[in-house]
Amino acid sequence: MLYAGIDIGSTAAKAVLMDREQNKILARKLMPSGWNSKETAQELLTWLLSLGYSREEIKIIATGYGRVSVQYADKVLTEITCHGRGAVFLGGPDLTVIDIGGQDTKVIVIKNGRVIDFAMNDKCSAGTGKFLEVIANRLGLTLPEFFALAENGKDIKISSMCTVFAESEIVSLMGLGTGREDIARGAVDSVASKVVTLVRQKNHSGKFFLTGGFCESKLLIQKLSEILGAEVETTPDARFAGAIGAALL
Amino acid sequence: MLRLPKNFETFNEARQKSFMSLYEAKQSGKKVIGTFCSYTPVEIIHAAGAIPVGLCGKSEQGIPEAEAHLPKNLCPLIKASYGMALSDQCPYFYFSDGILAETTCDGKKKMYELMSTFKPVHVLNLPQSKDQAFAIESWTEEIKRAAAFLEKLFNVTITEEKLHDAIVYRNRVRKAIVDLYEVAKLKPSPVSGYEISTVAESADFHFTDDDLVAKLEKITAEFKSRVRNDEGRPRVLITGCPNAGVRDKLIKRLEELGADYVCADVCSGPRAQKFMVDENSEPYRAIAERYLKINCSVMTPNTARFDDIKSLVKEYQVDGVIEMVLQGCHTFAVEAFNTMKLVQEGLNLPYLRLDTDFSQSDSGQIETRLGAFIEMMEVA
Repeated sequence: MLYAGIDIGSTAAKAVLMDREQNKILARKLMPSGWNSKETAQELLTWLLSLGYSREEIKIIATGYGRVSVQYADKVLTEITCHGRGAVFLGGPDLTVIDIGGQDTKVIVIKNGRVIDFAMNDKCSAGTGKFLEVIANRLGLTLPEFFALAENGKDIKISSMCTVFAESEIVSLMGLGTGREDIARGAVDSVASKVVTLVRQKNHSGKFFLTGGFCESKLLIQKLSEILGAEVETTPDARFAGAIGAALL
Repeated sequence: MLRLPKNFETFNEARQKSFMSLYEAKQSGKKVIGTFCSYTPVEIIHAAGAIPVGLCGKSEQGIPEAEAHLPKNLCPLIKASYGMALSDQCPYFYFSDGILAETTCDGKKKMYELMSTFKPVHVLNLPQSKDQAFAIESWTEEIKRAAAFLEKLFNVTITEEKLHDAIVYRNRVRKAIVDLYEVAKLKPSPVSGYEISTVAESADFHFTDDDLVAKLEKITAEFKSRVRNDEGRPRVLITGCPNAGVRDKLIKRLEELGADYVCADVCSGPRAQKFMVDENSEPYRAIAERYLKINCSVMTPNTARFDDIKSLVKEYQVDGVIEMVLQGCHTFAVEAFNTMKLVQEGLNLPYLRLDTDFSQSDSGQIETRLGAFIEMMEVA
């Protein structure tokens, strides 16, 4: 029996196929969640079945904000439990997981491989991927362009935590002639500060481990480490943490 | 002269019906005093020949009307209570002859100043701390002052005998409510916590002439006779602010997702109901002593609340604690830090804090948190 984890987030949908006995990821798939979770779920199923196994050979576990739309799933679990399990697979049994998602940012405290506490941002999008998406849009950049520019920017302070207010603050900065790279860097810094505020509400355990779509953003990892005063580890597979955890649970 | 509200015709049938039944009760000579807090000494209301009715807002209704006068970031319970009163939508407030209120939190005590412009309101000065000797002295005096307000309002005399009868009666009601809550001590609980708390809270609106105590005892016996085979569901204690306004998105959802709400450490629950008034000592002093025992975060310090949580967790065999904090409730929000430490470090149990209001806008987020919390308890 093989196990597939499907994690439909607010922005990106992730799926992995795993061989539990070998503790191995056999295949990965990343796609935009789009506007219809059911269609996205269907597309992921088509992909799964294109890998050369029959539906009966695969047990499917769904998670993420669109988990209820994965009607063919054998089991449904929340993203907290799955991210926790996936992070343990990738980073070890004692971790404080920082997951920056498109809509939610989560801090998950793990001891001996078990989730013992968690915190999530409230309704507001400050400190989430949405914040960076909005700012990048305002600057006329895609997210990869945005991060590339931010690497070369100077440190400036964007004080508004609220996405809507931050957008007006950025309009003022642009009016003053502040460079896009500086604004981008300031926005990354703002997200990192907000995320660390969430981290500090909890007694952390072990090392810090970043999951989610920003696991390859060097600048964000660097900013998080600076503010936390501790190293933040991650791996390119960390964007699949939710799906990996689902496949293992 | 008894009148129906001006906007009566615009109400739906259910609301019109409850207005009419109150109207009839009032016509037949019943007197009603509205209350907003478990610190209200209801014995003096009974002794004055009136019926106490709990009027706390429990839904979003009334909040838009309230925000015309009150700040938007005030606690939803205060806004809903005030808005329902202001807009004549609540039959109990509308037909109440007066309000007995107290200086609990800052938001409430200032709200009562506004409320007093359209209803007779008497505010008791609740001490902020119960440890000093003068607290009980001043609280006893305050209860006497409130009794004088009622005597004047209704032109009656509250005799020692009437007060004693009221004390005995309310003790019986409290005992019946505690017995009802204790049905959930059974493992697994034969009845959902949603159902138990709905029945227990309905005791706040008792207008008919049948015996409330007998009614509660009958329901308790019926609940105990039920059998439910759902074993292994995690058992949750909910603490924090009054939770009637978030029943559906919190309590109902929690139980639908697979946990049992077995213990309510909230002001309508055993937290306050378990304290009885001593029936054999001077009545005012005895009433004052009983009410000062209540563990609300408006008191400083409020350490007895934590001893209470500790014993409740044991008695009800609790697997996890959820703290619900209403937005704008500073005292519970600050105190939550201590609850977290107690539950996680002292009791070694999972703890979840939810900050919310009466709207549905965060029901998705709450559902994810509840789901993850249940998964956490199941692994533990």
